[in-house]
Amino acid sequence: MKRRQTIALTAALCAGLFAMPVTAQQKLKVGLMLPYTGTFAALGNAIENGFKLYVQEQGGKIGGREIEYFRVDDESDPSKATDNIGRLINRDKVDVVVGTVHSGVVMAMAKVARESNTLLIVPNAGANALTGPMCAPNIFRSSFSNWQSAYAAGVVAAERGHKTAASITWKYAAGDEMAAAFKEGFGKGGGRVVKELNLPFPGVEFQALLTEIASLKPDATFAFFAGGGAVKFVRDYAAAGLMKSVPLYGPGFLTDGTLEAQGAAAQGLLTTLHYADDLPNAKDKSFRLAYAKSYKLQPDVYATQGYDAAQLLAAGLNGVKGDFSKRAEMIKAMETAKIDSPRGAFTLSKAHNPVHDIYLRKVEGGANKYQKVAVKALADPATGCKM
Amino acid sequence: MDLPTFLIQCLNAIQYGLLLFLVASGLTLIFGIMGVINLAHGSFYMIGAYMAYALAPWVGATFGGGFFATLALGVLLSIAFGYLLEWSFFSFLYEREHLQQVLMTYGLILVFEELRSIAVGDDVHGVNAPGWLGGSVQLGSVMTYPTYRLFMSAVCIAVALALYFVLARTRLGMMIRAGATNREMVQAMGINIKFLYRVVFAAGVALAVLAGMIAAPVSSVYPSMGSQVLIISFVVVVIGGIGSVRGALFASLLVGLADTFGKVFFQEAAGVLVYLLMAAILVWKPEGLFKNG
Repeated sequence: MKRRQTIALTAALCAGLFAMPVTAQQKLKVGLMLPYTGTFAALGNAIENGFKLYVQEQGGKIGGREIEYFRVDDESDPSKATDNIGRLINRDKVDVVVGTVHSGVVMAMAKVARESNTLLIVPNAGANALTGPMCAPNIFRSSFSNWQSAYAAGVVAAERGHKTAASITWKYAAGDEMAAAFKEGFGKGGGRVVKELNLPFPGVEFQALLTEIASLKPDATFAFFAGGGAVKFVRDYAAAGLMKSVPLYGPGFLTDGTLEAQGAAAQGLLTTLHYADDLPNAKDKSFRLAYAKSYKLQPDVYATQGYDAAQLLAAGLNGVKGDFSKRAEMIKAMETAKIDSPRGAFTLSKAHNPVHDIYLRKVEGGANKYQKVAVKALADPATGCKM
Repeated sequence: MDLPTFLIQCLNAIQYGLLLFLVASGLTLIFGIMGVINLAHGSFYMIGAYMAYALAPWVGATFGGGFFATLALGVLLSIAFGYLLEWSFFSFLYEREHLQQVLMTYGLILVFEELRSIAVGDDVHGVNAPGWLGGSVQLGSVMTYPTYRLFMSAVCIAVALALYFVLARTRLGMMIRAGATNREMVQAMGINIKFLYRVVFAAGVALAVLAGMIAAPVSSVYPSMGSQVLIISFVVVVIGGIGSVRGALFASLLVGLADTFGKVFFQEAAGVLVYLLMAAILVWKPEGLFKNG
């Protein structure tokens, strides 16, 4: 009985094998490893929405292949990252992993991706190292590096005639990267950072450091915080009466998705980022319309990055007509692709990081209004990348 | 550092310390008097902050508004909530070991966070201070100081005085102190110790919720805000001596000073300074600064 079953099973399997369609028509397995719970849940959802919007626009197929999604909630927890990506790669046997928001999680993912040679597209996390020492042929980023947005803030601050500045951020990897990049950009324009202030992550008791800034009287302040910290910092900065006497600059994360909570305190704030709420390009207008229609929500920078992650994947697949096994050619196609992003078309650097314009934005009402291009086609220096 | 800056930093330290006291006093009451390690205390703070965010518009629409009306409603709700919570969960914990208390109260944190996520979502919200407290005071030529922060400190001082009065000068306070020393004996004297504990617990919850509501306009309202406060509150309780409200006040101010001046002078070590302070005090006085009340 048992034997007969085995034979039957084998036969069925063989039949299954022969009956299987050729690879080009097989569904492409996309693993979405994003935060669906916790502080970054909204970001994770926006990225997924953006990704799926692009696939929808292509009629549900990219490179001629239908897409099957596998979702894993990474909880923004670096200690679970290796297990979570392992689940996608080993259990679900996905072809490509898209993720994630948190830089600590992404570093663990990149390590696994390097070891298993899995194609990884990062739709947010800005850790410089990802397209620096950790860069690899199979790792791509559709978002930004921390260096890019903070460097541009330095350039802008110097351009606007400030000579001295204080920087303030959390004492952790992203904070250090941002502060260093600002210093570099500000220094190039002849500015000098007189004091680098920081406090333990994710502390929000800023009062002591604000008093420091007030007594130092620099020409400008550069701040990087995100989420709840960004809200509290901007409100505290305004309440301390510093907004007028010491203008505040920051990367866009200081005012992205936090404007409602920051209220009047954020009005007039200047930040730099690769996206704004009203970019003067046709692609962005149609993207915003389509997104709003599909999800009854306004898109943000995260949705854009998800959308571009899908575009990047599509560029690769189209280059090989959906044949995923031609890995080298596919990567070549991705590397040379010109992505028609809502942020403005961009190409990838050698280290697979977007080379894009960084915009100067100003908070007006509830939006980050586009002012001008702060730095044109800014490429991350990719320090430490051997590729 | 010149004198005006130094004085403002002292003000920062005191003001932060007083807010810490408001949270930690509830924790020390519950921990010291009832012997329960309550990890969920930070969640009560978080609930308070969210109440300030969610109740204010409703109170405004229903009763014509008023900052104090919102505070009063929040405190009333939290007393009822604390009373219910003690009856349904904490009353089973007194005889258990600390590990079980930690497990259950940790579970409560997860439950509260999830409920919060379902009820109000994961977004960050700002809460506005009432208009008449929205201004700022000019401090020398250095900076302005928000009036609301000064008001916060005043409320904390008022609560500290009220707590001192109740615990040291009233019959209820006497019973509470006696209950902390010897539960069985107090019961034998004909005092309803169960009810007494329920009252203490509800008061502890109300203190944390009040702290959250008062802090909301300056701290803004965001997920997991409770866990940050919880850890520092435990430091305060341990430094001050478990169960001592007076100790909590001194310890809060001490932690406020260490934190503020730590950030200014020893930036690289700011994260550990408060814990070093705790370690040093524990070496010197293993049971905290004020062991007995």
